[in-house]
Order: sequence, then C-alpha cells, then structure tokens
Amino acid sequence: MSLTAGVELAAGERSEQAGGLYRDAFRRLRRSPTAIVGAGLVLLFVFVAVFAPLLAPYSPTAVDLTDIRPGVFPGPSAEHPLGLDQLGRDELSRIIYGARYSLLIGVVSLSLGAAVGLTLGLLAGAFGGWVDSLVMRLVDIMLAVPSLLLAIGIAALLGPRLISVMIAIAVVNVPIFARLLRGSMLAQRRSDYALAARSLGVTRSRIVLQHVFPNSLAPVIVQGTLALATAIIEAAGLAFLGLGSPDPAIPEWGRMLAETNAFLASAPLLALWPGLAIVLSVMGFYLLGEALREALDPKLRR
Amino acid sequence: MTDPSAGPLITTSAREAVPGQLRAEPLLKIRDLTVTFASRGRATVRAVDGVNLDVAAGSTVGIVGESGSGKSVTSLAAMGLLGRRGVEIRGSVDFDGSDLLHMPEQELRAVRGREIAMIFQDPMSSLNPVLTVGRQITEILVRHRGLSGRQARDRAAELLQSVGIGDSLRRLKSFPHQLSGGMRQRVMIAMALACEPRLLIADEPTTALDVTISAQILELLRRLVADTQTALVLITHDLGVVAGLCDRVHVMYSGRIVESAPRRPLFADPRHPYTTGLLASVPRLDAPRGVPLLPIPGSPSDTLPWARGCAFSPRCTRQVDACLGAPPVLEPLALPSHLLRCVNPVPPQKLLG
Repeated sequence: MSLTAGVELAAGERSEQAGGLYRDAFRRLRRSPTAIVGAGLVLLFVFVAVFAPLLAPYSPTAVDLTDIRPGVFPGPSAEHPLGLDQLGRDELSRIIYGARYSLLIGVVSLSLGAAVGLTLGLLAGAFGGWVDSLVMRLVDIMLAVPSLLLAIGIAALLGPRLISVMIAIAVVNVPIFARLLRGSMLAQRRSDYALAARSLGVTRSRIVLQHVFPNSLAPVIVQGTLALATAIIEAAGLAFLGLGSPDPAIPEWGRMLAETNAFLASAPLLALWPGLAIVLSVMGFYLLGEALREALDPKLRR
Repeated sequence: MTDPSAGPLITTSAREAVPGQLRAEPLLKIRDLTVTFASRGRATVRAVDGVNLDVAAGSTVGIVGESGSGKSVTSLAAMGLLGRRGVEIRGSVDFDGSDLLHMPEQELRAVRGREIAMIFQDPMSSLNPVLTVGRQITEILVRHRGLSGRQARDRAAELLQSVGIGDSLRRLKSFPHQLSGGMRQRVMIAMALACEPRLLIADEPTTALDVTISAQILELLRRLVADTQTALVLITHDLGVVAGLCDRVHVMYSGRIVESAPRRPLFADPRHPYTTGLLASVPRLDAPRGVPLLPIPGSPSDTLPWARGCAFSPRCTRQVDACLGAPPVLEPLALPSHLLRCVNPVPPQKLLG
C-alpha cells in the first residue's frame, strides 16, 4: 500500500516538475469562478464564430418576405427564434455570423497592434537611452489623441472598409502595448536575477531576450485579452457611426445595432440582440483578463 | 596552512596602509576605490571612500559591516556592475594584472562568470523564475566554456551534484519556485562555480536562509573554496559567519575600512569600538546566563562625514575631542597586519583567547 502511495507521490511530483510561472498561473486560473465564467463566454463566442455555417439556421443574407410589411416586424417564432429584421432576414443567423466579424476584427487588429506595439516596447525597454526617449515621445503623441477619435480619423482617412476598421483599432493598441512592455521590462531589468546574470557574464542581448523579456510578458497577456474586448466595442462603435464596411450583407453587430435605430419603438428586440451579443462577448474577455491578471500576479505566488 | 596576511607591510603609492599585504602579488588588488552616487537635485553620496583591499589566490577575505557601510557597493563597483549614470568610480581595481575599472565592457563580460563570479543574498529573486535551473546553469557553460547541448547538461548535473543536490538530472528540469531556499542558494553557488572562477564574491550568501541551512551553505562554500583554491570574498554583517571562514577580516563603516586584521587577532583583540560593538551584539552560546546583549546605540544613518572626523563618533561610547575635526587614519598597530582607524581605541584585551 505504501508502495502505491510512493508511486502516486512520484507521479504528482513529476507533473509539478513540468510547471513554470505560466503553468502555475493556469492551475490557479482553473480554480477561479471568474475565470471559468469568462472562459466559458469566450469559448462560446469563438465556437459560434468558427462554426457559424453549421449553427445558423438560415443564410445571413437570405430574405424571407412572406411576413414583412412596412412597420411590422415579426417577433420571435418557431422558425425564427429571434425574429426577422427590417429586411426579412433571420436575426439569429445574422447574430451568429456577426460573431465571425467581431472575432476577425478583434484578432487581426490585436495581432497588428500588439506586434507593432511590442516591437516598439522591446526596443525602448532593451536599449533605453535615446531610443527609449524617442519611442516613448512617439507613444505619448499617440496617447494624447483620444482612442476612439483616433480610430474614427483613421477609418475616415482610409474609407469605410473592414480593413480600415482593423487598422484603426490596431493603431489605437500600439501605444498601449508599447508602454506596457517597456515599463514592465524596465522593472525587470533592475531585478536581482538580471544583476546575477550580468555578474556571471551573460551577454546583454541574452539578458534582455532570455531573462527580462519572458518575465515582462505577464501584464502583456492580460492586456491582450482586455484589448480583444475593447476591439469588439470599438469595431461596433465604428460600424455604428457608419465607418465600418458599407456592404449591407455583412452582419456586423455594431451596424445591426445602428440600423435598428429607426425602428426602436416598434421593434426594440432587434436592438437588444446585437447589444446582448456585444455585451456578453466583451464581458467574457474582461472576466478572463481580470482572472488572468490575478493568476499572474507575482504577489499572489507562494 | 599559510597565513597570507603575515607578510611584512609593503609601502605603496596609496595614501594609507594597505590591509592584507602579501609576499606574492595578490589576485585582486583594490586601491583607493571611491564610489560616489550623484543624482540631480540631491546631495551626492559617497558610498565607498578610499578602500584598499587585497585578496590572495586561495584565501578568504571577509568584509563586515552594517547595511549601508558600502560593502556591497565595493564589490559591485569592482565588477563593473554599478552602471554608468550618476555613479562616479575612482581608484583602481587590479585583477591578476588587468584593470577591471577601465576594461571595455565586452572584455569585462568575459571575465565575469569565468574568472570572477558572485553569489547574491536572496536566492529566490536572483534566479529567473521562468527558466528551469538547468537552462540557467547551462547558459553560463555555453557562454564561457563553449559546451553544447548534452555536454552542458551533463556538466550542469555534475555541478548540482557537487553542491549537494541529489537526483540532479531531474532537478535540472525544476523551476526556482519548486526548490527550497537552501536548494536555490546551492543552485546559485553551482552557477557561480560553473566555470571554476579564481575569485568568488559572496554577498551575504546566508542572510536569507535559516540558521541550519546557513551553516550548511557556509560549510559547502568552505569546502569548495578549499578544494578548488578559489579566492573568496565574503560580504556579511554577521561576525559569526566570518569567524568560521575568513583568513582576514575588514570591518567597514560608512564607506571606509575602520579595522582590518587576520581573523585570530581580530576576534582575540578587537580594537575599534565599532568592532567590539559588533562582537558584543552577537549572541553567544558560551556567554554566562543573564548577560544582556549590548547593541550599538543609534543607527547606521547617524554618521558624520569623514572629512569632519570619525564617522562612527556620533554612536561611539569612547568618543573624545580628538575624534572630531580631521578624519582618523588607518594605521598599523603593534602587529603590522592589524590596522586600525581610531584615535581612542579599545585597550588591548584577551577576551576570546
């Protein structure tokens, strides 16, 4: 009996061996209710976006005019669980397909913005001195303009297209990531292990890339999830303002919301559905980000 | 056993007597090292003030003092680890014939870790939390020894074995937080000794550890230094640590060496009031029951600038008028290897015999 206990202990120890900072954080994450709810919402959102064609009962562009008359909107029914929109399209199918566009805009703009922002932050954090000053003044200028205004300006400049929305949101993300990584790296550069590595003759590039950079990533990961949430809101905002794609066939949540404006009194539910979709997906990312921040907080580590 | 400090005093170009002069040329020779921190809008701080220090190959030298006495800054300055902005370093640091203070950074990096290595106080924060200890040890072997993959890993396992970590191949895959404090410090020692440096600087290596582990680590250091003929500079505030390990002890206060002697004379016949104060504040098992510990009054920040007299005088129980006015000089006593910076020293005594 004691033999099996020993074997179990060894196995438990081995799984412990495999863990690092991030594995450790993951273990804490699994025990956090906030994280579970957030991850559930995010997974649902991604699942719906990926499998939209299989989940949607109708095509998002298919028009069913049998029950449509001016000023009359058939509400939820057996065939159309969320009802039909003003053009006789199935609202549920459009919401489901809309998840694709939100996810696409979120991921593309986040990747673009984070790539540029992290490169700038890495440069500033690694070299310091005048490189740091130059990069940070650039970032200050970008931060001085309110983010939505900046996004509107860029979207207006590039014309109302899907790609311009992505670029606009990406540009807004650049200074946020640059500052975050730079600050985090500056703090880590002064850490004892960086000094210890220096005292053992490790080269500067290795200290920056192998020691400082990986330790500076925790806040960036958190910001990544929060930035996805912000990207969804901003995409919806831009579309609401008419700066998204002009193609009426594209079921974008923000635009769906904007289009129901005129019928708010007669068909309030049509505004509720895309609004709810936005709120739930954004909340998912926020909750997950919040839980991640807690899980990665070094002060909470044993 | 050769006593490296027993040699006659050789006069040098430096202003003051040099502690620990040797017959042979020492491995590390620090002369008149002065470190000044200056930042805009604040008063400059002279953390190290004209320190002379010799370390012979294979010997162990202790630097003792309270927090803020400049002992760590001395070692960091010697290694070129202080950074450049707002720091002014003067004097010379000679390591086996080459001047560390004026060496290009690139050459200095080749010396660090291979010729001189350091161990720091807190083994938790001195190890990178996201890398396995194996990665961190092999990194140094790859850097300085040019070992690759399997070779480096085998050598790293050997090193862990030599610092008393069993099951070392498996331990290489551990992350720092999975090890105990003592194990982490052993890993740090393994990293420092990876390239068999000729000089090891241990900056408070046992301060963050509990007493039993601390004793183990000190014993390990003693054994490794004896086996490999590595010179050791031991920086500590604990005279008990010094007593068991060092050939020669320098007591620092407010950036200057105030007393310097081979271990036996220092413990048998401490002359500086600060040294006796430190000794009186160490709890002893052989002391009679009921005798209270005597702390040094005041705090390390109650200092006088050296230019205006003895920096220790505001806290000193033996203060006389002569303490103020001019800085006291570091002078040899009857025993030429015993140096003292005090105008009113504690009378000779035979406390510990």
